[in-house]
Amino acid sequence: MNKVAVIDYGMGNLHSVAKAVEHVGYELGEGTEVHVTPDPKIIAAADRVIFPGVGAIRDCMAEIKRLNVGHIVGEAMKTKPVLAICVGMQALMQHSEENDGVNCLGFMKGQVKYFGDNLIDKNSQRLKVPHMGWNEVKQTQQHSLWRDVPDNSRFYFVHSYYVKADDSEKITGTTNYGTEIVATLAADNIFATQFHPEKSQTVGLTMLRNFLQWDGQN
Amino acid sequence: MALAKRIIPCLDCDKGRVVKGVKFVDIRDAGDPVEVAKRYCEEGADEITFLDITASHEDRATTVDTVRAIAGQVFIPLTVGGGIRKLEDIRTMLNAGADKVAINTAAVSNPEFVREAAARFGSQCTVVAVDAKQVSSKDDSLKWEIFTHGGRNSTGLDAIDWVKRMVDCGAGEILLTSMDRDGTKIGFDLALNKTVSQAVQVPIIASGGVGNLEHLAEGVLVGEADAVLAASIFHFGEYSIAEAKKYMASKGIEIRL
Repeated sequence: MNKVAVIDYGMGNLHSVAKAVEHVGYELGEGTEVHVTPDPKIIAAADRVIFPGVGAIRDCMAEIKRLNVGHIVGEAMKTKPVLAICVGMQALMQHSEENDGVNCLGFMKGQVKYFGDNLIDKNSQRLKVPHMGWNEVKQTQQHSLWRDVPDNSRFYFVHSYYVKADDSEKITGTTNYGTEIVATLAADNIFATQFHPEKSQTVGLTMLRNFLQWDGQN
Repeated sequence: MALAKRIIPCLDCDKGRVVKGVKFVDIRDAGDPVEVAKRYCEEGADEITFLDITASHEDRATTVDTVRAIAGQVFIPLTVGGGIRKLEDIRTMLNAGADKVAINTAAVSNPEFVREAAARFGSQCTVVAVDAKQVSSKDDSLKWEIFTHGGRNSTGLDAIDWVKRMVDCGAGEILLTSMDRDGTKIGFDLALNKTVSQAVQVPIIASGGVGNLEHLAEGVLVGEADAVLAASIFHFGEYSIAEAKKYMASKGIEIRL
């Protein structure tokens, strides 16, 4: 039995990611059990952990602190595969500019920055913020989660703040929206995505399937 | 490498059934929103919008079940609109698996509701649906006003001012329907779309009036829409989503193929 814990700290839509994981687990034909839970015991007993997040970072970090989610994620990262999604990835960084500046978990070195109000592309066309929709992701490093995912596939993004990572060797995927931004990061047992694999149809489901089979190595 | 413009089929549902008719020859139950949503997803829809037009409160439970069923099978973003009046309604829809909710009438009766929704659930899931109609102006400039109740009730609100206000309140996206064009199949109100798109920073979904594929392309190229929404041209099998995408790509529009 492959036990997956989706950490529920009260922020947003966990149904989507749980359903998507159940769906790919069912397709894999091996027993997959998905728990959407804040319970540290269940999370500790899981084989793999998903750290989602939507909404504003200040509220997310407040709940993360209140429920001691930072500790839970930190412990999980030592021993089992962890997938952080969207604000979940941003929360791993040191600091975010959102909400006048919020300190984050600091598990990865780098900052979360605002796209800006006057974002333009290389042809000087104005770009809307949030960055919302399907954008191409360039795979900058090989990783087990990229297996069977064609390079430059489009994934679904929705965010106004982006990660600027200090350790470029941890960047596994990039996308371009006015500036080159981090689409995915990986270190040890953790893989983090700015986009939503659970909303990215075939390519997203492929990544989730890979996550269910990932041993936490590259 | 750039962000793709989105094509969004819209399902209008009453008591858990797709209305305005859907005619696909090869799906089992063309009135079942789950079947229809799955079909669109397979054809390459970039998102699905589900509008609940059920009048009675009792039938809303059906809507929640339908949203849950769609979300369990369709792994692209799902927006749910219709009858979103309280924070609790949003919570219910998000828990059922919606990714975004579209707020319309409740925003007009209480603009602060949008602020509360965005603060609680984030701008990324707060879509404000706007029904605009052209009205005469003193100086012959183009002017649109916000209407509610399917275009019957005038609000006196200037559409451009209103959209700006909604974005200030935290709306992360605007679903902009021209009540003059809705159901006409003569194309989007491109001037309305362009004016709104240039007035705000957030993405605009153009809606109302699509009759052919050229209209979809115009919505992006002339109307400066970030996404285009249509119902009937897809429902009746006049065009598939795949055909629409191929056509738009041939016009140089960035599309997820």
